[in-house]
Amino acid sequence: MTVISSNKDVERLTLTFVAEFDAPVDRVWQVWADPRKLERWWGPPTWPATFERFEFEPGGQVRYYMTGPGGEKSHGWWTITAIDAPHRIEFDDGFADDNGDPVDPKDITHGVVTLEPNGSGTRMTSVSTFISAEQLERMSAMGMEEGLRLAMEQIETVLKD
Amino acid sequence: MVVGALSGPATDRVFHALADATRRDILIRVIRSGQSVSELARHYPMSFAAVQKHVAVLERAELVSKTRRGREQIVNGEVGALRRVALLLDAYEEIWRHRAGRIADILDEE
Repeated sequence: MTVISSNKDVERLTLTFVAEFDAPVDRVWQVWADPRKLERWWGPPTWPATFERFEFEPGGQVRYYMTGPGGEKSHGWWTITAIDAPHRIEFDDGFADDNGDPVDPKDITHGVVTLEPNGSGTRMTSVSTFISAEQLERMSAMGMEEGLRLAMEQIETVLKD
Repeated sequence: MVVGALSGPATDRVFHALADATRRDILIRVIRSGQSVSELARHYPMSFAAVQKHVAVLERAELVSKTRRGREQIVNGEVGALRRVALLLDAYEEIWRHRAGRIADILDEE
């Protein structure tokens, strides 16, 4: 796996993340389409995800929760807004209450993921758009400390060079 | 990384401040929410005075500021709105780097 680029647009609250994988598009599509595979990578390392409802079709509803280091659960939901298998999925991702119901259906992160063949491998582009800085903060609260720690450790690596 | 956008002596102070694991940890805690020095000191196996020194280094780098609440000094993450968003996007990027790494692991197993 190679991270090709990662582009942050602070004004538009958008992260564009591009990575390449050594597997054909059909197989990379399966890590999105198969919930048992999806839950192995969706949650941040300290917040593994469990998908309870998974309607992988346009308009489909997805319900999941992530379990934090202290056993606390954070529920989330997706509405899949578009699918073009095996190349494109678009979805809204938001916070849910303990019953799995959306806390605020308008409070969403919109995700667009595209898979393109690249030689014998696949290029995956993920564009995440947040609706507000507050929402970005809540969304990254899980795994955020880890992310910040890693981002800062990179500074340390630079210093040691 | 957003602090890389700075230049000159200010950058040196930021890099020096962040070159220590305890100071990084303090900054991460106070970016989430302001904490008193004594609250912070509970997390580390060192004296209150030693934690205060770490906070002072972060303060000189303008990464934190202190406000008074009664007898206590509250340490706050001193990051402007845009810088804060950039930091949050950095954190979110790290989440995606992890995700891509685990996707690659799953693909390798098959």
